[in-house]
Amino acid sequence: MKEVIKVENLTKKFGNFTAVDNISFSVFEGEIFGFLGANGAGKTTAMRMLCGLSHPTFGKGNVAGFDIFRESESVKKNIGYMSQKFSLYEDLKVWENLRLFGGIYGMKLPEINAKTNRILSELGFESERNTLVKSLPLGWKQKLSFSVSIFHEPKIVFLDEPTGGVDPVVRRQFWELIYDAADRGITVFVTTHYMDEAEYCDRLSIMVDGKIIALDTPANLKQQFIVATMDEVFHKLARKAKRIDN
Amino acid sequence: MIRFLVEKEFKQIFRNSFVPKLIVAMPVLMMLVLPWAANQEVKGVKMSIVDNDNSTFSERLIHKLDASSYFRIVDFSPTNDKALNSIEIGDADIILEIQSGFERELVKTGFSKVMISANAVNAMKAGLSSSYLASILMDYVAELRNEHGGINKGINILVIEPTFKFNPRLDYKVFMIPALMVMLLTMLAGFLPALNIVGEKEMGTIEQINVTPVKRLIFIFSKLIPYWIIGFVVLSLCMGLGWLVYGLRPTGSLLTIYLFSSIYVLVVSGIGLIISNYSNTMQQAMFVTFFFVMILLLISGLFTPVTSMPNWAQKVTIVNPLKYYIQVMRLVYLKGSAFKELLTPFFALCSFAIVFNTWAVVSYRKSK
Repeated sequence: MKEVIKVENLTKKFGNFTAVDNISFSVFEGEIFGFLGANGAGKTTAMRMLCGLSHPTFGKGNVAGFDIFRESESVKKNIGYMSQKFSLYEDLKVWENLRLFGGIYGMKLPEINAKTNRILSELGFESERNTLVKSLPLGWKQKLSFSVSIFHEPKIVFLDEPTGGVDPVVRRQFWELIYDAADRGITVFVTTHYMDEAEYCDRLSIMVDGKIIALDTPANLKQQFIVATMDEVFHKLARKAKRIDN
Repeated sequence: MIRFLVEKEFKQIFRNSFVPKLIVAMPVLMMLVLPWAANQEVKGVKMSIVDNDNSTFSERLIHKLDASSYFRIVDFSPTNDKALNSIEIGDADIILEIQSGFERELVKTGFSKVMISANAVNAMKAGLSSSYLASILMDYVAELRNEHGGINKGINILVIEPTFKFNPRLDYKVFMIPALMVMLLTMLAGFLPALNIVGEKEMGTIEQINVTPVKRLIFIFSKLIPYWIIGFVVLSLCMGLGWLVYGLRPTGSLLTIYLFSSIYVLVVSGIGLIISNYSNTMQQAMFVTFFFVMILLLISGLFTPVTSMPNWAQKVTIVNPLKYYIQVMRLVYLKGSAFKELLTPFFALCSFAIVFNTWAVVSYRKSK
């Protein structure tokens, strides 16, 4: 299996605080990789380093074949990112957001138009094509946000708590979109708080206090801790956290 | 790529409920209201007259003063002390004392003196009204000469001849209008970009941009282009209004004005973007921009001439882009200077544009 993300001893310090403490792992092509951890465990910081939004303090990282230190702009060409906080343009229409980001990634106009049509029909969004994004309900915003992050067919997509705050029905639909993307060969790197979602991942890592303390398939993790659900695995591990949850 | 970004900026600007109105309302208000209000022209100066001569000549002089709109004669005092008293209680701004024998001396020797005392609490007003008064006296002398058979007679009153070139009526509006245009361009092209990038930071949208391979240069250019075009619109609106309302048309070439303005807008937008890059909140960007705009305006020569500033302040103005642009606008508008006379401000503004915009590109960080 080909490694599309390879991280060794990656560390990020903010002053005296070590947000990400010496983590090493690999993600394989086409995988859905779950990145779990309590609030403040360092998931978002780690993800931002992989996306080239944050410079590591030290350690090595390679994403989509490019070094995250020296080639962060090349990394950016090959990844998609969906931030924890909704970050599309609220004052642009649905189609305008797709067009803008397609354009930024260097897609040609006919390609953008064709793909916009296809995506809107797949999502059942045609009626909302001309709606300003700010007037969409949260669940739809999240789906649109995901569609934007994979619009340019990246090799890897990073999703930071993509289903935070949305209802179970939309969460279900959202995971169907994730599976569709994975079926097309896009590697999915996803953080989540929901343990039912963790079960959908091919492999999981669990972060506590900036360190990765477990990494395996959901089935193996449950076996290892002799429990029935991922929820119990997570509770057993997260209890060790010393950092005060912010 | 840049096309999509510029398109997005324009959509955002026009969808904003406030900015398009601001772009139109600010020039209109500033051009229609401020030339009348921000006016240091002196009119209706209250004058007290001490006429110790009571002659035909002195009476004619008084009539002449009374007829001008600059002065309003409020009282005739028997003595200078009395007149000073009316200045003290605020009834008069300026005293004209005509000495006894004024007429006799003029006829006999062709030379006489009057005394002007002005209340200089408002120095500007005092200075201006004294020079108005002096110019009216000059006028009067010319009249007397004519009546008495030309210059040969050599009638004179001791006054210093004031010259008001290029703004012969000393119309303050004419002086202020080009400067108000500068102020407006500074505010619109400075504040709007300053609030732009930091606005994207607050909304979180910058994150989605930073994770794309967009080049920093392209991103900054996509922010500059819209304000550059807005600058053109605002300037044209101002010049149109200046012409329609005040009949003021640039004496020099329009091309020169547009050339300098297009460089100047890049300079202030560049400053705005730098501030935006370093700020974390809109509030911070707003205050910092306000601080700089205020300082730049005050040491630009907009309100007070650069030459009357202390030496150190004059040195500071060398690094003030506003100074050069105001200078150019006034020279081209009022005096009709040609481009070849304006090479110094041209190169100065070009340098500012290059330095500030490079800085804006460099200070925009896609990763922390």
